[in-house]
Parts: sequence; C-alpha cells; structure tokens
Amino acid sequence: MNDPVVAKRPAGSGDPGAARGVAAAPTASEAPIPPTPAAPETTKAPHVRPGDRIFRGLATGSGVFIVVLIGAIGLFLILQAIPSLGLDQINFLTSREWNTTDPANLRFGILDLLLVTVIVSILALLIAMPIALGIALFLTQYAPRNLARPFAYVVDLLAAVPSIVFGLWGLFVLGPVLFPFSEWLIDNLGWFPLFAKGNVNVQLGGTIFTAGIVVAVMILPIITAVSREVFDRTPRMHIEGAIALGATKWEVVRTTVLPFGKAGYVSASMLGLGRALGETIAVMIILSTTTASFGWSLFDGGATFASKIALAAPEFNDTRSAGAYIAAGLVLFVLTFVVNAIARSIVAGHKEYE
Amino acid sequence: MKIQRHGAVLGLVAASALLLGACGSDNNTAAGGSTPTSGASAPVECGGKAKLNAEGSSAQKNAIDAFVQAYKAACPSADLAYNPSGSGAGVKNFNAGQVDFGGSDSALKAGAEVEAATKRCQGNPAWNLPLVFGPVAIGFKVSGVDSLVLDAKTTAAIFSGAVKKWNDPAIKALNGSANLPDKDIAVIYRSDESGTTDNFQKYLTAAGGWTKGDGKQFKGGVGEGKEKSAGVAQAVGSIDGAITYVEWSFAQDNKLSIAKIDAGAGAVELSAESAGKAIDGAKVKGEGNDLVLDLNSIYGTKAAGAYPLLLATYEIVCSKGYDADTAKAVKAFLTVAATTGQGQLAAAGYVPLPKAFQDKLLTAVKAIA
Repeated sequence: MNDPVVAKRPAGSGDPGAARGVAAAPTASEAPIPPTPAAPETTKAPHVRPGDRIFRGLATGSGVFIVVLIGAIGLFLILQAIPSLGLDQINFLTSREWNTTDPANLRFGILDLLLVTVIVSILALLIAMPIALGIALFLTQYAPRNLARPFAYVVDLLAAVPSIVFGLWGLFVLGPVLFPFSEWLIDNLGWFPLFAKGNVNVQLGGTIFTAGIVVAVMILPIITAVSREVFDRTPRMHIEGAIALGATKWEVVRTTVLPFGKAGYVSASMLGLGRALGETIAVMIILSTTTASFGWSLFDGGATFASKIALAAPEFNDTRSAGAYIAAGLVLFVLTFVVNAIARSIVAGHKEYE
Repeated sequence: MKIQRHGAVLGLVAASALLLGACGSDNNTAAGGSTPTSGASAPVECGGKAKLNAEGSSAQKNAIDAFVQAYKAACPSADLAYNPSGSGAGVKNFNAGQVDFGGSDSALKAGAEVEAATKRCQGNPAWNLPLVFGPVAIGFKVSGVDSLVLDAKTTAAIFSGAVKKWNDPAIKALNGSANLPDKDIAVIYRSDESGTTDNFQKYLTAAGGWTKGDGKQFKGGVGEGKEKSAGVAQAVGSIDGAITYVEWSFAQDNKLSIAKIDAGAGAVELSAESAGKAIDGAKVKGEGNDLVLDLNSIYGTKAAGAYPLLLATYEIVCSKGYDADTAKAVKAFLTVAATTGQGQLAAAGYVPLPKAFQDKLLTAVKAIA
C-alpha cells in the first residue's frame, strides 16, 4: 500500500553525501529499525578492554578540559574586573557614562552598552530567524536533492567570510543603500520610538539598524546549518504517516517537521544569538559611537560590549582602566552564558529531539 | 623536493644571519673605541643587530615606513619591523623588553611607566625623542565652501556643540566673504582611543578655552564617532556639512577641505613650512637629552605663519643599557631617520624636522650607548 513511499525513503533519510548510496540498497528491502538494536549487542563485552579505557579517558579529559577552560576564563575576567569595579565612582550597572581616561577617577557604567548589544542582537535574530527557517525547510523538504547539496555548501560558505569584510560591506555598500529606506521609516513611522530620529547621522549609516542587518547575515549560516540537520532527521514514519493521511506538503511540514525540529531550531537560534552578542569587528566598523545616550531608536548609534572593548584595546596601558573594559567583558560573558542556559533548557524540555 | 628547497633558503638565511652577527660585533668593538664626533649630517655607522623590532603608535607608521626605506638604502642588510599596535602597547612592550624601542603619542608618564622603563634599560633612564611630527588637519566638507578660517576658540565651540550651524556668527566673523550655508554642523570624531584625539583636545585646552578635558577618548559630547583615521575621513567625505580632526595625509587622500587656523597673527594654511615653524618654536621640558616637549609652546604659538595643531610622536629609547649590537643598530636607524629619512616625510603627510631641532635630536641619538 505504501510501497512508493517506502521505496523513496532511503534516498531521503540518509544524512550527508556518499553514505547514502551505500545504505540505499540493503535498507530498501528491510524495515528501518533493525540496524539500531543490532549495534549495542556487539559492544556488550564481558570485560573492559584497554581501548575502552583509553577512549573513556580521552573523552572525559576533553569534557573536563572545556569546563576548566571556561571556568578559567570566568575567573580571569572576575579577577581582572574586581579591582576596577571597586574604583568605579558611579553605578556600574545602571549608569550610561563611560570615562576611563583618568585611572584615579574611573567612571564607567554599562547600561548603554548592554542595551545596544541586546538591541543589535535581537534585531539580527528577528531578521535571521525566519529567513534561516525558510532556507532550512527549503533545503530539507522542498529543494530537489541534487540542488540542496550545493545550495547548503553555499550557505555554509557565508560563515567563512571574515567579519571585517562584512563590516566594510556594511559601511561602504549597505549603509548608503539603506539611507533612503531609513529616511522613509523615520519620516513616516518616526512617532514609534524604535523608528525615531536617532542620535547619529542617518546618511552615514552608522546605525543599529545597519549593524543589525549585517549581523543577521553573519548569523544566518549558523542557524541554517543546525536547523537543516535537525529538520533532516524528522522520522520518516511521521512524514509518511502525514502523507498517508492525505496531508499536503505544507501540512506535512507543519504537523511533523516543525514540531519535531522546534527545539533544535530554537537552540540553533540561541547559538546564533550568542554569536551576535559577541560580534566585534563588523559592529565596530559599522556602528558610529556617540556621546549621547541610547534613546531606544534603531537609528541611534552607540557601541556594543565587544566593539567598545575592541575600540579601546590598542591603547590599554593602565590595568585599572583596562579592568573597566574587562568588567564589561564579564557582563557579556554572563549574558552569553544566560542565553546559552536558556537554549539548553529549551532543548532539554523537548526530549523528542533526541 | 619542496622541502629541500625550503631547507636551502633556511640555510642561506641562517648563514647570512651568522655572518651579519659576526660582522656587527666586530665593527662594534672598533667603534666603541673611537666615538664619532661629526656635525649635523652625521655619517651613519651601520651594523649591529640585523633586524630591529619596534612597536607603538599607529600615527607614525607611515613615517617609520619611510625611515625604514632610507635605513635599508643606507645600511644594506639592515632592517626594522614596526608593529603599529598603538602607543599603549608600544610602551608596554618596550618596558617589557620585547621591542628595541617604542613609539608613543605621548612621553612616558612619571611614576610606574618611567620606573618600568628605567628597569628595562638596566637602571638607566629612557629618553623620549620626538622624531615624528604629524600635523592634524581640521577637515570639513561643506558644498560651496572651499576655504574656511577657524581659531581655537571657535573650533572648541564647534566640537563641544556650542556652535551648531555653519552660518553661526562666530564662524562668520572669521570668514567675512565666505558664503556659509544655514546647515547643521555634523561633528565626526574618533571612536577608538587615539593619540590624535588626545592632542586635539590638548590643543583646544591650551589655546581655545576647552573645558571638557583631554585624553584619548573624545569628550566633546557632540557628534558621532567613527573608527580610526580612515573611518572619520571617509565619513566627512560622504556627508555635506561634516567636520573632523584627522591626520593631514588622510584629509588629503579623502579630498577634504582643510581649515586655516588663525592663532592671532592671521590665517595660516597647513603646509610643511607652517608646521615646521611651530616645531621651531617648541620648548623642551625634559632634562638633557630627554627631549620631552612642552606641547603648550606649540599649541599656544603666536608666531606669524606657524600652524599650531601638531601631533608629536616620540621614539622611546634607552639612554644606556642596550647590548652593544642593539645600541649600534638603534643609533644607526635613528640617525638615518633624523637625516636622510626626512626627505620622504612631506609626501607621507608629516612635517620634516627643522634644522635646529634636527641637531638636538642627533646630539641625543649620538649619546645613546
């Protein structure tokens, strides 16, 4: 009854490239379940072999290493930041001022940095998430197989473009192109705070708006790649079941692929968000800094944590003022940590992803 | 095949390095006996360490490049690598003994920096030698206005937001005939920490009644910041009504109009001669051969035809305490830089040293041991 679908299964279920052709012949005649239970049986050995012990040691070592490494980074940031935080003359978390010229009178607060960082990242995420979803669905569900492969490579290639190139592109190409559109938004939707006239010159394009779009392009391949892998693993049975019930392509995607891949997609987006939060060079080149404080407009300038640190880093010559920037880096570290924790908990809450 | 070829090249390099090293130390013992005593156009004594390392201010990078060209021409087989990673890094790595000399936009600060430098020089003082002077241009772009005269007070008012329009009476008073438009002034400043910003604010403090303070962060509280000299110059070039302060060469490259500065004795155009005049009037406040400049004597100059807005960058060297090879090479490089190397500077957007100042520098360079 389901014959045509079953016959098609191996071609679709294989993961990457070459393996698929090999796997296709045997699985076509069998049910897809047997290989899975067969594997654990062979590994049930009565005693532990040296290879087992070595591999276990290496794997555990790697796991411990990364935890220690992250712990060391956190410890470094804290140790470097604490002396400067003690010298800070104003509230570190709620102040918008940043003046570290005189190490004896440090005045630095991260509120503006935090807001600009978050707004740039959220804007990037809002743009990148739907597009990445579309690309991933297209690649896994709609595109013909022989088109999907090269297309996926091209998207992955986007991740290999150096961020300075994105930065220069944003400054010289995208900024001027966006100017008429930005001006239109300000003229027509200026009553809405996000589209109000900002504190920098729109014509120069050094706005959160431009930076957000560029960062969106930069995180697109990350979200796409992970989502694609997850969508590709939607159980064939679900899809076949939906088709058997007479679902159209869109209904199949909505009732099987999306529910199955949701957690992975959210997790991928969080990964992208982490990247957006830490993006440095492109944002530094594009975003105009300003001495005015952030006014909740997309057409404001400002600096993110990472760009602020990068702008000042070449001239660090006093540990106290450098410590102020490291304290900002610590906040970014914690922020990224929180974002990742949220992503993890979302994935953990949807076990069907496993 | 490939590996062998690499091996051959490596061997050649190693051999020549050995050869050079041997030559250098030989020459050095000979020179140590008879101290050279010649005039301003000191002959260069090549030799010593084959490849010097220096690091620091990016403002003097192009000048150092020109010096290296001249150094290589004068001393074949000698070379210098300059890493323009910023003044802070230059001072830090000089003090840590990582590089042979440091480049910095400001002299070593009394206290920790000077102490660390003294320690690095085996207990001998480090000297600040102002070798590279870069004029800072007040670049602007206003359609219909090619020539603009500003004084320090008006400049300070523009960069602190007190003067907001191009046709403000304060600007009009200095530019009687110019047809200034009723347009907002868009101030562009350096978003990164920069010696140019520091010097610009010091100039405004000294001559223009600027009360916002100095330092490497811009304090004017107006306008928007762009990254590095290239960024600010590009930004001013792309919008009408913008103004900034930027190294001369960047203003020229981006075809910005450059404001003339009126320090009390008439409008002065930025040129190698007018900037040289300001250097001539500079007073040294360091002791002996430590040529720390009293920048206020440049910024506050009232001399006719002198352009006061200059960025002085120092080479920070040990007076003593180098090993013989390094000392010889450092002296050779600095001598070339202060003499034949000056020829290329104007083209790179710097000011060649005036004669009197060059003599002072050469005296100091000779005293390095």
